[in-house]
Amino acid sequence: MGEQSRLCSVWLGSETGILKGVSMSRKQAFNFCNTSHLSRDQEVRALCWGDPGESELLVGSVDGTVKTFSIEKGAFIESRRCGDPAEGCFTGLAALSGSVLLTCGESGTLRVWKEDSSEPVTELDAGKNVCRMRQSPAHQHKVATGGKENGLKIWDLERPDKPVFTAKNLRDDWLDLRRPHWVKDMAFIPDSDKVVTCTGYHQVHVFDPSSPQRRPVLEAAYSEYPLTTLSLPAGGNTVVVGNTHGQIAMLDLRKGLVRGCLKGLAGGVRWLQCHPSQPVVASCGLDRFLRIHSLEDRKLLHKVYLKSRLNCLLLASRDLEDGGGATEGEGASQEVKEEEDEVWDTMEQVGEAEEKPKRKTTEEEGESQKKSKKKRKKGQD
Amino acid sequence: MDITEVPVSQDNRGKKKKNKKPKKKKSVAEEGDGGGGGGAEKKEEKMEKSEAASAFPPTFSVSEIKNKQRRHLMFMKLKQEKRKQKMQLRKKKKKEREALGDKAPPKEVPKTIENQRVYDETTVDPEDEEVAFDEGTDEFSAYFNGLTNPKVLITTSDRPRGRTVRFCEQLATVIPNAHVYYRRGLALKRIIPQCVARNFTYLMVINEDRKVPNGMVLCHLPDGPTAHFKVSSVRLRKEIKRRGKDPTEHSPEVILNNFTTRLGHSIGRLFAALFPQDPQFVGRQVATFHNQRDFIFFRFHRYIFKNEKKVGIQELGPRFTLKLRSLQKGTFDSKFGEYEWVLKRHEMDACRRKFQL
Repeated sequence: MGEQSRLCSVWLGSETGILKGVSMSRKQAFNFCNTSHLSRDQEVRALCWGDPGESELLVGSVDGTVKTFSIEKGAFIESRRCGDPAEGCFTGLAALSGSVLLTCGESGTLRVWKEDSSEPVTELDAGKNVCRMRQSPAHQHKVATGGKENGLKIWDLERPDKPVFTAKNLRDDWLDLRRPHWVKDMAFIPDSDKVVTCTGYHQVHVFDPSSPQRRPVLEAAYSEYPLTTLSLPAGGNTVVVGNTHGQIAMLDLRKGLVRGCLKGLAGGVRWLQCHPSQPVVASCGLDRFLRIHSLEDRKLLHKVYLKSRLNCLLLASRDLEDGGGATEGEGASQEVKEEEDEVWDTMEQVGEAEEKPKRKTTEEEGESQKKSKKKRKKGQD
Repeated sequence: MDITEVPVSQDNRGKKKKNKKPKKKKSVAEEGDGGGGGGAEKKEEKMEKSEAASAFPPTFSVSEIKNKQRRHLMFMKLKQEKRKQKMQLRKKKKKEREALGDKAPPKEVPKTIENQRVYDETTVDPEDEEVAFDEGTDEFSAYFNGLTNPKVLITTSDRPRGRTVRFCEQLATVIPNAHVYYRRGLALKRIIPQCVARNFTYLMVINEDRKVPNGMVLCHLPDGPTAHFKVSSVRLRKEIKRRGKDPTEHSPEVILNNFTTRLGHSIGRLFAALFPQDPQFVGRQVATFHNQRDFIFFRFHRYIFKNEKKVGIQELGPRFTLKLRSLQKGTFDSKFGEYEWVLKRHEMDACRRKFQL
């Protein structure tokens, strides 16, 4: 089990309670389950890395337990009770340094849990109907929350009484009616204070806490369906959003225009994540597929069928197609990668892998290009 | 018009001009003779050209002949030629097959679109545990575990016309425990909590356009999925030929054909949960939902076993065709609901051999 979990570069949580790990290099999916019998209250709602070294995963379920999964061992090591199911499911999970856990439920209670105690150290009330809580990657103690009729609030955990920044709702529209707002997901833009949010009323807002303006600095709209999730790619200025109809679009944050759409999803998008270094984005949703698109040419790179509806996903920071195991010698890795080449050639739609130019011979390139041309003709996904 | 005649006198002129373009030939011919003579020459030139062409490798196709009747006749000839060749080939093959007798190679199966269907990776494997668990605990589990009995509310879009009203009435006779209510312009989102309070398990809304039913929204009630279908080819009872008497109150059996993929399974279960779990075999009635190429055909029959091997069937009841447009998780909420599957025509219909259900 340990070797299987070490290979996986994408982790997903499903509605049936199974934690799935997918290894892109081998194109295989593995199921990791806590108990021998499955049940719906183990439904995974939140996933996050337990430590910066990415050797542990924190899995939050509907019944209020947070389980820790160790990648080395390939099994769940511990489980903690962090809240009642009556309060609503987890909308955010984060880990602070020193094995401190941060959880937020739908009823708005944001709690900080220390390792061994069953009572939270700090507790915040973030309002009702919180849809998401995210932690800032730059400042570990800053978190943002938002929900339905509950605007974006940025909290500093060291001063838990008042939010550092509360967003104001948009101006009343041309009929002087109050605009409804429903924050569904947010992200902290790196290298600045700004926060970008996506709403259930198909808008994308950018807030700047350092400016005196509490209303959004930038407003952009996409399509007509609620935007459920967003993610920021590595190179700045763009944001990738997904909506309930399965449309994924890349928006430019400078002007708010749509850069392009990623096609292929048939069901609502539940979670999107861009890879920290490679220009790829992984999406999972209600149609039970994991799809990986390339951001540059908007093509589908991989599509994996995982039999349950997927709720959340996590990408490992290392290369997606990495076979895992840093202890492999150069010779062994060469062999593995040549085998992978053959595996790639028989797979759909090989992307232009810039990192493997020396290993691909010209004839293989020609073959794969021909194959991809053929596949495009048939109009495959 | 006798096109087979080849006048000998004009031979030379025809042959000289066979390499020029037809337009030039025509103009020269017209200038040359004019009137009937010109017509005859044109005819001859065409004949010459075609004859010359049939002698040489065909550099022209039948479509280049400008004269419609002539072109039509040439095309008919071409088709007859092809058919003759095909018949000759078949006769030859048949002879060879008879000659070989037992050692003949097996007959080739013709390719159909169903044969060539692209294998769908979401096809459900009957032994798959995860899928079995998923289905065992989904929104229909209450029905399939025998805890609830179906109770269907049938309604239409606002102000339905005669055909739709009759269709709803006939549907109500086909589905046991179904009630038809007039819509009165009520909002579906407000009807749903009331239905749940009165223990309905399904809400079926038949949408009407231009006096003909064309859409159906099927919403499973406590918190179940909502499917939106396009309805076509509706035949009411009086339009069905050789039909039997009206259906009785017995619960019919249900046949679900060809729902193989995961999405197909969900839709199949959606249909199955419309009817009570224990069919009354005394009634000898059966409702069939047959899926072929993503179209679902609904038929309602009465059967009788004449002896062990022969069955007679009589079609009763309405017949219609459905095509799934979207499957939404949760009760009807087309604006803010999450969709489990949406038909995206240009993406999904691009390949003719790939089907979703």
